[in-house]
Amino acid sequence: MRRNILPGLRLSLGVTLFYVGLIVVLPIVALILKAASLGPEDYWRIVSSARALASYRVTVLAALGATVFNLFFGLALAWVLVRYRFPGWRLVDAMVDLPFALPTAVAGISLTALFSANGWFGSVLGNLGITVAYTPLGIMIAMCFTSLPFIVRTVQPVLEDLDPALEEAAQSLGGSDWAIFRKVILPLLTPALLAGVSLSFARCLGEFGAIIFIAGNKPMSTEITALLIFIRLEEYDYPAAAAIASVLLLTAFVMLGVTNWLQARALRYTVKG
Amino acid sequence: MKIRLDHVIKTFETFRAVKDVSLEIESGELVALLGPSGSGKTTILRMVAGLEYSDSGSIHFDTQDATDIPVRDRGVGFVFQHYALFPHMTVAENIAFGMKVSKVKREKAAIEARVTELLRLVRLEGLGDRFPAQISGGQRQRVALARALAVDPKVLLLDEPFGALDANVRRDLRRWLREIHSELGITTIFVTHDQEEALDLADRVVILKDGQIVQQGTPEEVCRDPKSAFVMKFLGDANVIAAEVRDGKAYASGAAIAVSGLPDGKAELYARPADLDWALQGPGIPASITRVLDRPDGRRVLATAETGEHLELDVEPERSVKAGDGGFVTLRRAKVFAV
Repeated sequence: MRRNILPGLRLSLGVTLFYVGLIVVLPIVALILKAASLGPEDYWRIVSSARALASYRVTVLAALGATVFNLFFGLALAWVLVRYRFPGWRLVDAMVDLPFALPTAVAGISLTALFSANGWFGSVLGNLGITVAYTPLGIMIAMCFTSLPFIVRTVQPVLEDLDPALEEAAQSLGGSDWAIFRKVILPLLTPALLAGVSLSFARCLGEFGAIIFIAGNKPMSTEITALLIFIRLEEYDYPAAAAIASVLLLTAFVMLGVTNWLQARALRYTVKG
Repeated sequence: MKIRLDHVIKTFETFRAVKDVSLEIESGELVALLGPSGSGKTTILRMVAGLEYSDSGSIHFDTQDATDIPVRDRGVGFVFQHYALFPHMTVAENIAFGMKVSKVKREKAAIEARVTELLRLVRLEGLGDRFPAQISGGQRQRVALARALAVDPKVLLLDEPFGALDANVRRDLRRWLREIHSELGITTIFVTHDQEEALDLADRVVILKDGQIVQQGTPEEVCRDPKSAFVMKFLGDANVIAAEVRDGKAYASGAAIAVSGLPDGKAELYARPADLDWALQGPGIPASITRVLDRPDGRRVLATAETGEHLELDVEPERSVKAGDGGFVTLRRAKVFAV
């Protein structure tokens, strides 16, 4: 091994790897082993049962919806927080982290109270013919709430570091505001946006506490995958729980792989030649 | 394009960056704004570009009042101090950017042809596909210039164009910028704090201090006839010797030089190292040598006068002088300013 100038490499690397192994790898391995204890036929039957398929569908669609919503709203929020200073700026900036700080069950209960048929928002929306509580829309709103900080907090620092001279240069070359945003700012934010999107989507897939109160949890329509896993656990059917969980795990891995690849593509220009 | 600034003022918060500057730049001229940091030179350049608006006063391009025209419609090419190339675009895409976003629609083939032409002008043929991170600082500088020239600006503005480059590259680029300027004949203003750069490159040097113009003229005029102690000191090494003016002559401990137009009384005498000489006999300023610095083109003598003033003078390489020698510092020429 090449000699390293920085001291403490072996110790710190050892401790870190041990910790990652204990806290991350071990549970995942246990999960896979538990799922593998099922035969291939049983495994397939469980993960492709109609109820499981319905739960994937509602979970993934709601997660996609929430992520796309947060992509726009989170970008807008980060933009406003970086570009403008207004009274209450500090408060808004602090509030972005609230979904992280708040226990998700509390968020779930408050959202349910607000959006139920006689809640503040629910009654207004009800008059317009929109029901939120106990529908997939409710699941999406709960996901939006808990995953909001990811995109804001990944985009904000990149936006802050953006050299103002880039925009000035684009202006001096005759670019309109929209052209500058689309051709200069957005491409430079893309890697951060992708990172935020993948974190946000992964969080949405796994969200449990905030959703179960507002979702209604009707099998085949508003039952999310995380809840189905929980139900199997309650029934002491650990292999089935592990099997369904392995599908979520795989989805999360694929998602991370795809976004990493996209990020690497978007950052090609930084590679020295 | 002739540029005229008329009583321009700019204040940031409470700091008055530019105080009542009036300046005329002839069409096709290459002008340097020279000054120490905080002298307002970059602010003036940015106001000409439209990147800052002046608080009062006006800026005219030929007969058109450009004071309130936004930067994107002003038709200027601006080269930023750190180039501000778009890092996610290739060199060719950077150069094509202005043509692509322009209100004037151009054929794709026409844009490509123009990019090729510009790459040849800035001697970067074959580097069109590289990203800015993959080329050297000097090459980036040239891309920035090509990008600014791509939109056929009426005026070219450069902010500390060579500030971030090492000395050799800087000298090359300086000569090259001069060539491009004579080839295109475009009115050009550049900002620098490096007097050598300003004197080498510019037709006319505008020297600024604390947001005001203190002197302007050709390099010859400002070098041969600095109007103030500040200009004298800023343009190069200068010895400062306390002196007294009596009857049209300035006396500085044993040395004397004729002056004109100065009242009798205390004054300061400014002399470049090459304006002084070393002699074993007077008349001159009695001094002793503390050190001799050898340089390729001569010897620099550091001496201490009997009055305690530290003096630096240049003598020819053959001269045998050494630390500890006593003698006289004589005046070949000097500028005298009243205190």
